[in-house]
This record gives sequence, structure tokens and C-alpha cells, in this order.
Amino acid sequence: MDLELLRETLLLEQHNTRLVVISVALLGATAGLIGSFLLLRKQSLLGDALSHATLPGIGIAFALMSAMGLSGKNLPGLLTGATITGLLGVLLVLAIRRTTRLKDDAAMGIVLSVFFGLGVAILNMVQTIPGQSSAGLDSFIYGSTASIVWSDFHLITGTLLITTAATFLLLKELTLLCFDSHFASTQGWPTLWLDIILMALVTAVTVIGLQAVGLILIIAFLITPPTAARFWTNQLGHMLWIATLIGAVSGWIGASLSALYSDLPAGAIIVITAAIIFLISMIFGKTRGVLPRYLRHLKLQRKIGRQHLLRSTYEILENTQNHQNHSPLKNLPIPMEQLRRHRYWAKGELSKLIRQARTEDHIEQQPSGELRLSESGFGEASRITRNHRLWELYLIKHADIAPSHVDRDADMVEHLLGAEIVQQLEAQLALTKPDIQSPHQI
Amino acid sequence: MRPEHPPEFPLAVHDLTVAYHRKPVLWDVDLNIPEGSLSGIVGPNGAGKSTLLKACLDLIPTTSGEALIYGKPYPKQRDLIAYVPQRESVDWDFPVTALDVVTMGTYRKLGWFKRISSAQKKRAQEALDQVGIGHLAQRQISHLSGGQQQRVFLARALVQDAQIYFMDEPFAAVDAATEQAIIQLLKDLNAQGKTVLCVHHDLATVSRYFDHLVLLNMRVVASGPTSETFTRENLQKTYGGKLNLLEDVAQVLKNIGRS
Repeated sequence: MDLELLRETLLLEQHNTRLVVISVALLGATAGLIGSFLLLRKQSLLGDALSHATLPGIGIAFALMSAMGLSGKNLPGLLTGATITGLLGVLLVLAIRRTTRLKDDAAMGIVLSVFFGLGVAILNMVQTIPGQSSAGLDSFIYGSTASIVWSDFHLITGTLLITTAATFLLLKELTLLCFDSHFASTQGWPTLWLDIILMALVTAVTVIGLQAVGLILIIAFLITPPTAARFWTNQLGHMLWIATLIGAVSGWIGASLSALYSDLPAGAIIVITAAIIFLISMIFGKTRGVLPRYLRHLKLQRKIGRQHLLRSTYEILENTQNHQNHSPLKNLPIPMEQLRRHRYWAKGELSKLIRQARTEDHIEQQPSGELRLSESGFGEASRITRNHRLWELYLIKHADIAPSHVDRDADMVEHLLGAEIVQQLEAQLALTKPDIQSPHQI
Repeated sequence: MRPEHPPEFPLAVHDLTVAYHRKPVLWDVDLNIPEGSLSGIVGPNGAGKSTLLKACLDLIPTTSGEALIYGKPYPKQRDLIAYVPQRESVDWDFPVTALDVVTMGTYRKLGWFKRISSAQKKRAQEALDQVGIGHLAQRQISHLSGGQQQRVFLARALVQDAQIYFMDEPFAAVDAATEQAIIQLLKDLNAQGKTVLCVHHDLATVSRYFDHLVLLNMRVVASGPTSETFTRENLQKTYGGKLNLLEDVAQVLKNIGRS
């Protein structure tokens, strides 16, 4: 692999690949933006039916232009044909949906396969047209960046810029349509027309992307960036930017690679690049990624373990010092075995908790092996025990849970109590004193 | 002679019939909702309560009949009505905040292509404060409880500053505190002279919540002041098994459509 060539391609220093890389990156950006709305409108499959339905149009346009004595491979001509049958496909889906009892997925499956089959057949037939070479038409199926030339560049970038501008103008309207179309309709927004505009924007991106990505994989280019973006944010505005960026980066890297290895189908490389970004987002995505969610879970588990350890220690101190007689509780060392029996901890588990508590400076181990709360640990333990009991009392008083059952119930919730809720508990129970007795035998 | 549906009624429904796939769900509905009333629509499951609201709002096609808002068809009176759909009708996983959803209620006044400005956001924040969840404005909507989500929908209706409020089961699956907050809000709106029309499912609270009542089971069984309408006999007619014949005919019509 020629790393120098790859670097030059990526940095747009290679004159003959520069145009291709720029236009596919722009295509990716626009696809990510429009794709976000397609995804939120839950119409991804309709986009797939649309792209497959473009194939017969390409074949027919080729045949017609050849018959008229023009070059069969005039790009605007081919794309016009693609647009017409693509839209026909969408209309047919809508018609099937309205007039029969078939479900959406069936309607789309039928249109998708019938139009694609028809397209393949037509492409085979036009190969026999004398005097015209149909070679290269199949690049519309799998995508080929090599076929993009200077004269196509204006058409591609122009269409993409218009599409993006239209989306920006209609951000608010499209958002409303995707979130609650019934409400939009009662507010007088023409939801049918908004849906048609959305499909028109999707059509524009699909048709203009056919050449580079191919009709089979263009839907992945529309859907993968927004699904990946969703892992990073809960806000639509951010999601749109991130999807646009992911689309652009996948287009940029994918087109660069495919320009270097022209025997590989460009669509596949671009989509695989997008899929890798998707995978990274799924794992590391800040808001919904698997790893951050697991880490948050782990953090809560550690917090629960620490709170159990501190509360147990505090309860043992109370029990051994007969705390009822109002003398202040003394922070005395406790044998490890006594602590272990208090909550039936496994040995390894308890040692792990103690190691954690020591790094947090909550507990100290004496040379004799006995454990003693540190000063901060003692305060923390007293606070945690108090919260636990507040919650127990609340459950007994307001949820009618028997005192003997309340310990387990409180165990699940007490770790989540914030300062505000604790204040409310105190107010509801009319309890503000620092020491609260346990409502049950410990 | 006085017309059957004089224009002083905020909602007058005349001979309305609605069918899904040829199966009628509402037969010849005819009713008047008085101005300034807090009206409830009550009936068993599948009685067509939500369908009635949606048909009045032009959300679904009607087979015959019409609904008039102060004597005019709905498309001419959109500014007068705020609609609160059922909570389950939208995807709460949508990437927007509570404030964003409420702001959507201002889009109509804002108009095409215009950007949302701080004026709309301020109005939305006030509505959220009014329903008691102002502190949750920036929270993503999937992180709200069912009752809080319902309050978001109410706030979205409030920013529209309408005269008539159409609400589809606002009390469905909400906590007791939210139920109290919502009914208080409805009573406040009512006190300002606004008309509220609520699809409701809990018979136990009907007489406490509503002063006007529509009992519905595919047709209007009874309609009038709650004190007169909410009787054992009417309830029996609404919920009892006497409508079997109607249901049978509906099924026959549906089958004709199929064959």
C-alpha cells in the first residue's frame, strides 16, 4: 500500500481524485442531514424502495437517448430517467398502501424487488443496442467513483447545495412533521406536502448519489450517519450536525480509498467506512453508547457497595455500644469477620470493597487487621445510615410496607436519593434530628 | 325556526358518520357542546371517542356529516382550537427537550421558514411553569415520567392561547398528583370562559370533573348537563349489551367491503 499516495488523496493533493473526493464528501454530508429526517419519520424502507426503483429508469433513458442518436450515457439524461421511475416506485407503494389491506413492509418489498428485477432485465436488453456501449451502466448498481468527471461535478454539487439549503429552510417544519404529524395537521401545516417535500429531498440525494455509491447501498449512506449520531446526543440540532459530519467523513475517506483501489466497488468501501464509524459510535457514544452506559452502571454498583460497607460498619458500632443511651457514638475498630457476617459478604467481595474504601480514604486497616472508619468515612457512614432510615420510615408510613420488609426495599432506592429528596423526606416525616433509630431489628 | 346547530356553540356536530375500512365506528353523531363548559366524552373501549375528536379536527376522513366550530368549518377556525392528542401517539424517544416540544405550539403563529427566537422560548417556558414542570424544560422527553409527558402536551396546548381545548384521555396512566394538577388547570381555563372537551375513561370521577357530559357508544346515547345525563339508565344504555345489533351490522358491512 502506498501510504504517500493515500495521504495525498486524503488531503486533496492529487489532482485527478480531488473532484471525486470533494463531491462524495459533500454527498455524504447532505445524505446524513436528509437521512436524519428520513430516519425520524420512520420511512427508511421507503427510501430503499425508491433507490431500487431508479434502475429501470436508467435503462430506459439509455435506450431512448440511443434511439434519438444521442450519447446513451449523458448523465443528466440518465438521472432524469432514474428520478422518474424512482418516484413511480414511491407512488406505487403509497397506492398499494391506500387501496389494499397490505401492510407497508409488504408493499415496499414488492415494489423494491419488482422494479429492481425490471431494471436488470432492461439493462440486459439495452446491451444489444448496436453502436452504443452500455458498459459502465452497472456502476449505478454498485457505485463507481472513477466514472465521475468534471462536467458531472457541477451537477452533483449544485443539486446537493440546493437540497441542503431547502432542508435548512424547513428545519422547524420537518421536525414537527417527524415528531407529531397529527398535531402538525391540526395546526394547519400541509403534512402531505411536507411528506412529499421530504421524499423529494431524499430522491434528489439518492439519484445524485447513484453514480458514486450505487443504488443498492445508497440507503445505508442515508441511514447509517444519523443512527450513529443518535448515540452521541439527545438533541436534534446536535444530531443533525453530527450526522452531517459522519456522512462527510465516511464519504471523504471512502472515496479516497476507492479512488486508489479502483477495482473495488466504491459503494461498498464508502458504506463500510460509515459502518465502522457507526460501530465506534455504538460502543463509545457519549449519551447512548454501550460502553458509557456500562461505565455508569459500574459506577452506581461501586457506590452501592461503598454505601453498604459504610452503613454496615455504622450499624455494628451502634449495636456494640448500646446506642440507645444517648452517649455519642465512638468510632472504634471492628474485626473484619464481624463485618463480613453482618451482610453475609463473600470474603473476596468484602476485601474488594475495603480496598476501594481505602483508596477513597473512608476506612483504615489497623496493623491487627481490624477495620476502623476514617474521620470522613465516619461522617459519610452516619449520613448514609440516616438516609436509609428516613426512606424506611417513609415506606412504613406512606406505602404501608411492613417494618420487617422495609430494609430490602430501602436498599434498592436509598443510593439514588439526592439532597433535595432527602429534604422532602425530612419535611414529610417531620424529622430533622441528626440521629434516627432503625425501625426494625438490625 | 331556530337552526338545529346555532353558531354560538363552540362545537356543533351534525349527522357525523365515520368508517374505517368501511366498518362504521361512529353512526349519525349529532351534538352541541355549550360555550364555557367543561365537557366529558365517556363510553366503553372502541366506542369511537378519540375518533370523534379526530373527525372534528379533520384528521380522518368522514363518510357523511360535518362538525362546525362556532358555526364555521374547522379549517377556518384553527386558531380557536388547541388539541392534546393521546400520549402514546408520538415517539417519546425523539431527540428533543420538553421545551422544544412546547415551542412547537407556537409554530403556527410563527409561520413558514421563520426561525424560533427567544420570544417563543420564553412563552414555552411560561407554559411549562404553568403546568408545574418548568424545572424540567431542558430534559430530553424520554427521561420524563408519564405524568410529566402529559404535562408537556398540555403546555404545548396552552401556548396556543386557544378558546376551545380538545383533549384525548389526558388522565390516562398519569400519577395522582398530575391528575390533580391537570384538573385544576382545566378548571382554571374553564373559569376564563374557555370550553374544554375531554375524552375520559374513569366513571368514578365524571361527576366531580365535568359539568357537561356526552355518553358515546358508536352513536350519542345521551348528551347534556352531567347532573341530568349521568344516570344509571343512561350508563346501562352506553355500556350494556344492547348495541349488539349495531356491532353485527358493522361487521356485515366490513365483510361486504372485503369480498
